[in-house]
Amino acid sequence: MSTVSTDTHSAAHGEHAHTSSFLKNYVFSLDHKIIGLQFLFSTLIWFFVGGMLALGIRWQLAFPWRPMPILGNLLATAEGGQIPPETYTMLVTMHATVMIFFVIIPILAGAFGNFLIPLMIGADDMAVPILNMASYWVMWPAFIAMGTSFFVEGGASQGGWTAYPPFALTQGDGQFLWLIGLTLVGISSMMGSVNYMTTIIQMRAPGMTMFRLPMTIWGMFITAILQAFALPVLTAAGFMQLMDLKMGTGFFIPEGWTTNNNPMASGGGQPLLWQHLFWFYSHPAVYIMILPAMGMVSDILSTFSRKPLFGYKPMVYSISGIAGLGFIVWGHHMFVSGMNPMLGMTFMVSTMMIALPSAIKTFNWLGTMWGGKIQYTTPMLFAISFVSMFIIGGLSGIFMAATPIDIFIHDTYYIVAHFHYVLFSGTAMAVFGGIYYWFPKMFGRMMNETWGKVHFTLTFVLLNCVFFPMHILGMTGFPRRLADPYHYETFRNLIPLNQFMSYCAFALVGVQIIFALNFFGSMFFGPRAGRNPWKSNGLEWQAPSPPGHGNFDFQPIIYRGPYEYGSPEVDEDYYPQTQPPPEADDETSKDE
Amino acid sequence: MRRFWSILFLLVPILGVATFVAAPYYNIWFPKDVSEHGRTIDNLFMFILWLTGIVFVVTELTLFWFMWKYDERSTKRPVKFSHGSHALEIVWTILPAATLLFIAIYQMEAWASAKMLPPDLKPIVEVTGRQFNWDFRYPGPDQELYTEDDIVRTDGKLYLPVNEDVMLRITSLDVLHSFFLPNLRMKQDVVPGMEQSMWFKAKETGGYDIVCAELCGWGHYKMKGRVYFLPRDQYELKLEEMRLEQNTMRAELPEEEDE
Repeated sequence: MSTVSTDTHSAAHGEHAHTSSFLKNYVFSLDHKIIGLQFLFSTLIWFFVGGMLALGIRWQLAFPWRPMPILGNLLATAEGGQIPPETYTMLVTMHATVMIFFVIIPILAGAFGNFLIPLMIGADDMAVPILNMASYWVMWPAFIAMGTSFFVEGGASQGGWTAYPPFALTQGDGQFLWLIGLTLVGISSMMGSVNYMTTIIQMRAPGMTMFRLPMTIWGMFITAILQAFALPVLTAAGFMQLMDLKMGTGFFIPEGWTTNNNPMASGGGQPLLWQHLFWFYSHPAVYIMILPAMGMVSDILSTFSRKPLFGYKPMVYSISGIAGLGFIVWGHHMFVSGMNPMLGMTFMVSTMMIALPSAIKTFNWLGTMWGGKIQYTTPMLFAISFVSMFIIGGLSGIFMAATPIDIFIHDTYYIVAHFHYVLFSGTAMAVFGGIYYWFPKMFGRMMNETWGKVHFTLTFVLLNCVFFPMHILGMTGFPRRLADPYHYETFRNLIPLNQFMSYCAFALVGVQIIFALNFFGSMFFGPRAGRNPWKSNGLEWQAPSPPGHGNFDFQPIIYRGPYEYGSPEVDEDYYPQTQPPPEADDETSKDE
Repeated sequence: MRRFWSILFLLVPILGVATFVAAPYYNIWFPKDVSEHGRTIDNLFMFILWLTGIVFVVTELTLFWFMWKYDERSTKRPVKFSHGSHALEIVWTILPAATLLFIAIYQMEAWASAKMLPPDLKPIVEVTGRQFNWDFRYPGPDQELYTEDDIVRTDGKLYLPVNEDVMLRITSLDVLHSFFLPNLRMKQDVVPGMEQSMWFKAKETGGYDIVCAELCGWGHYKMKGRVYFLPRDQYELKLEEMRLEQNTMRAELPEEEDE
């Protein structure tokens, strides 16, 4: 390897870092890599919290009103572990809120985005490091707001993660803190996305044209654009709801409104307005939650198929297409909301069309694997499972896009199946793959492959046991968010199936211990990785592992795209982006 | 190990299809359909299920086959150094685009008849959602809502005539609810301050669930009702019976219904 000689350099870097104070380096750091890791650790902790909340939901669905052992004492102290209906609604609300706003969005954009963008484009840091630090530190008041909301009177928000007024407005301080937390997450994302766009546009290394960017960066770039344009709407809507809640305005409060059968201050507002504003952000947010994952999967698939990514440009065009279409499909969440049904037709057509870029991407992933030499490493298995599961999640979306069918399956478990296939079986699996893949770059050590594969196999099998039957539940009309669905005699025959799903869900959460042990164990005791353990082309693999301040110990000059695996031009099966082409060698030396 | 991983992924289409095949035998399938248009919706569902099912099986099998065939150890020849294929991209852009557009256009009629083209009928009942009950107001003999002879019921039981087009007016008193009739494949969110209507024609007599399908509070799960479809003569009798019952207990009527 030509890069071995520079490894000593990185060790020197590392030692240098140790001489400064711990606080300065790891807490108040301006370094994009540290900020990325701060995001990673914070989101992994929230991932655990969100998982615990899900266990409460699954317990109640399997054994309604029975005291929940162990966790029940935390979730429902007063009731001796028995989950009361208001706690159940709190659980569904907070499970979704935590998973979406504190895990998936920040782990993709915050953790991977921060860590990878400068490394993959050849910059020494983000364009505005201080903004970057602020984007992480704004998350903390959000964490505190959401965290404390569990302990205020009335508990955390029970209004659903969509916070539909007027019901959300009947909530107390929990809803207030929820809105504060949401707004702060929005501010954090906004700071991040402005920074990402600037960095990607302005700070690419010489030779790194837009069409030589890895798909991960394209995913992050489009995500940043989506966030920058969609978030202001959510923030504004959040403030409007905040004012309705606390200051007596009536944006979302209809005339003559009553609650709990008592008349309330009336507003002359319109509850549907919130849904439009909320989904105008939250539908693009669906793509914010999947595009970076798609990019990461593309990189991993190409690396371990030892083959160029199939159809790079169509992939770029299709995610750009998603970004455009993503803004005109929000109404498909509102087909039966009471919105003019004429609009349902328009939104159905645009929604059907947005399935197209996803289909193109899936075919291209299959094309990437076709004729390759597939190495079954842990990140590769997670990436393949993303493709396999995304096929299910993508296809089930077509049912909901079809308006007449949506009349029946809207707000049933069919929807729950769909978004868990996209977000858990899709994004979360890609995130696991990304962690296994970039862990050597993050910490300079390898994760254990054997335990990684055990973790993969168990997670893959169990998640399908939990989420696949939800499709069938949805077909029976089994509604979401019911504290006790078996209150309806018709659903009583579904108890055994729900119990099976719950057992699998408990096991699914349980096997993540393997991941946690592997992660923390490898951080300290894993074998040293070297610069490029996967023999990968990407620019980030030319930097030391872990990269020191300023990332690169040489000036990266980019000669080609990141996917030139198996190129006939070189003997090895990989061809790093920085390696000068054989015949161009003379030219560059002449230039110098 | 390649065999292990390929077969693990082969299980996805096999067990996926098996789940859908086995479910009806365990009686976990669509609820019984008693409406006239419900068959259209079920058929559209099955149409898309077949279509996506085929795509699902084919793509998952392709994935399995590539995993089986192109693993590192058994592949001796060099990889296909290919950056893609223009022709293939065009094929797999146009084919799904045409299919998706077809699905969208194919659905429009069913959507229009379920939600956009109301029959010219007066509402046979007004449904009001409130935390956590469905209230029903029948127009009474004069066929006009909000008159002296209205019949107001708060027991969560709705009586409707069978084999007739019926028009329901649905509103909410407090928060969002959703009036969901699984057996009639009908659902409509109810928004306070707005009036929605729903129309359908039931084909069979009997009692069926009314489900609230939009989170409306702690008691959301118990916001349950029943709809009973009766032949016209029995329906008239039932209305008369309810009217008499109401006349004898007028004093105990809740105040909120007064205009």
